[in-house]
Amino acid sequence: MTKHQSADATYTASELLCVMAARLLKDGQIVFAGIGVPLLAATLAQQQFAPHLTILFEGGTIGPRIVPGQLPPSTNEQRCTRSANMLLPITDVLLLLQRGYVDIGFMGGAQIDRFGNLNSSFIGDAENPKTRLPGTGGGNDISSLTNMIVAMKHEKRRFVEDVDFITSPGWVKGRRSRAEAGLPEGGLWRVVTDLALMGFDDETREMKVLALQHGVTREQVQDNTGFKLLFEKKIETVEPPTKEELATLRHLDPDRRFTA
Amino acid sequence: MSTDPLVKPYQQLRKDTFARDRGLREKVMSLEEAAKLVENGDHVALGGCHLSRTPSAMIWALIRARKQNLTVSRSIASSETDLLLAAGVSKHVVTSWFSQGLIWGVSKVMRHHVENKLAVFDEWSHMSMGLRYRAGAMGIPFMPSRTMLGSDVGKRLGDNFKAMTCPFTNEEVGLLPALNPDVALIHVQRCDPYGNAQLDGLQFMDLDIAMAAKRVILTTERIVSNEQIRRTPDQTRIPFFTVEAVVEAPIGCAPHECYGVYEPFFPHLDEYAALSTKEPVKGSQEYLERYYYEPKSWPDYLSRLGMDAVLDACRRGRSVHND
Repeated sequence: MTKHQSADATYTASELLCVMAARLLKDGQIVFAGIGVPLLAATLAQQQFAPHLTILFEGGTIGPRIVPGQLPPSTNEQRCTRSANMLLPITDVLLLLQRGYVDIGFMGGAQIDRFGNLNSSFIGDAENPKTRLPGTGGGNDISSLTNMIVAMKHEKRRFVEDVDFITSPGWVKGRRSRAEAGLPEGGLWRVVTDLALMGFDDETREMKVLALQHGVTREQVQDNTGFKLLFEKKIETVEPPTKEELATLRHLDPDRRFTA
Repeated sequence: MSTDPLVKPYQQLRKDTFARDRGLREKVMSLEEAAKLVENGDHVALGGCHLSRTPSAMIWALIRARKQNLTVSRSIASSETDLLLAAGVSKHVVTSWFSQGLIWGVSKVMRHHVENKLAVFDEWSHMSMGLRYRAGAMGIPFMPSRTMLGSDVGKRLGDNFKAMTCPFTNEEVGLLPALNPDVALIHVQRCDPYGNAQLDGLQFMDLDIAMAAKRVILTTERIVSNEQIRRTPDQTRIPFFTVEAVVEAPIGCAPHECYGVYEPFFPHLDEYAALSTKEPVKGSQEYLERYYYEPKSWPDYLSRLGMDAVLDACRRGRSVHND
C-alpha cells in the first residue's frame, strides 16, 4: 500500500479519500452512503463539523448511529440499523432520491470517463464481456437522481476516455445531454482521488481539475488519466489530512478494514 | 403485448388468484412438500436482500428436488443465486447486483455462467426492481420512473424498458414493466399456521413481492398461534391469503442472516468464497454435494455448518436486543 505523507502525518490513499470526501459535506445534509469510504467520510463529517448530517443506507435505514469498530459489511444487514431513526423498505428509501430529499449520493465504479459516467457492469463488450461485474445495484438510481461525489483511486485504467458501459450516468455525452436524456436533476459534482479534486466544466461538462492533493503535480494527475483533463485557471493544493481527522477515522475503523 | 415473458396478462393473474383457496386455513407443511408447489419454468422471486433474510432453507429444498429452468429474481443476489446456477436449477437471473458480497470480490460462479453464456443475467437498477414488484403488487402493467434513462443499463434491456413523454407534464419518463412472480419465497421471524407473517428489522422488498406473486411460500423461524398474531396485528406485514405454504425452518437463512436472530455465518461464507473462487465449477459442485445433496435433513445441514458456527452467528444476531 502506498503511504502518503505530509509534514506531520502518514496516511493511506483510502484515508486520504475519506478525509477529502468528508470535507465536501455540509452540516444538515442528507447523504446516501455505501459501505467503505462513503460511510467513513459521512461519519467523519458528522463527528468533525456536521452533527446534523443524516446518513441513508440503501438497505432501508434512515439515520443510523455508527459504532466505532463495528462498521457494517454491507448496507443491507442488521448492523446498519443500530439506533436508527427509521427503517423503510428498499424501494421507499430509494424513492427518497426520486422525490428529492437527498443532497449527496456517494458512488464508485470500476471505470469513470471524461463526462463522469461510471461503469460497474462489464469490462469489454457487454455481449461478450472480458469480465461480468456485479452491476448497478442502486448506483444507477443514485446517479440519475441526485448530486454525486465519486471517491476512487486515480489510475489510468480506471480513468478512461469512454467507459465500456454506462452503468451510472454522469453528464452522459456532455453539455445538455444528461437533461435531454430525461435526467433534469443531479449530476456528478465532485471526483475525489488520491491525486486531485475534480469537478466538471459548466458548459462542456468535461472533467476539470480543481485542486491537487498535497505533494502532487499537474503532470502526475494527467499522466495517470486516460483522457485530456481540463485544469482550473488557478490550481490550489489541498491541505493534507490533519492529525485530528486521522485520529477520528482510525477510531472508527481501528482494524483498518476499509482504510488499509 | 410485452416482449418480457415475465410480465403476466392481468386477467390471467386475477383468474389464478381467484382459483386459489383464500380461506383462513392451516397450511403448515415440510420443505419437501412445499418444494412440490414450485414447477419447472416458474419465475421464483427471492425475499430478503443480499445476505439478509435469504430463504435459504427453501432454496436448499428446491436444489435437492432438482428443479429446472427457474427464472430467479431478487433485489440483490448473493451466494444463494450462485448455487441455483451451479446446481442447474436456473439459467436466468433478474436482479440489480449479483455477487456474494463486496468483501469477497466478484463472484467467480456468476462470472463463469454469465461469461460462458450458460446463464442470462438481466440487470435492472435497484429501484427499478422494487418498482417492478410494486407495479405487480398494485395490479398495474407498468410504473413510470426517472431512472435508467441515459444509461446503457436501460438500453441493454431493449423493448423491456421504454421511455415515453408524460401526457400531463410533457417530461420524459422511463416505464418499468410489472413483475408478478409465480412464486415468492420469503423467510420471516414468525408467522401463524395460516401464513400471517410478522417481520422484524429491514423489510427489503418482501411486502411488494408477496402481494405481486401468484403464491407465497413462507419459511419461518417459528410458528406462533393465530391468537398471538391477533394481539399485535400492526406488526403483521404479509396477509395469510397470499400464502400457499408455511414451513417451520429454524435458522432458515443460514449461512445468511435473520434480523435479531443470527448474523451471517462469516467463516462459512469465507470457506464457500475460497472454494468457488479457486475453481468455480469443481468448487461449487463439491460444496453442493457436501451441504445440499448429502445432508439427510435441514437440521443435518445445520449440523454440518457446526454447532460453534450456529451459536456464534446467533450470539451476534441477538446482540441487536442488547443495551
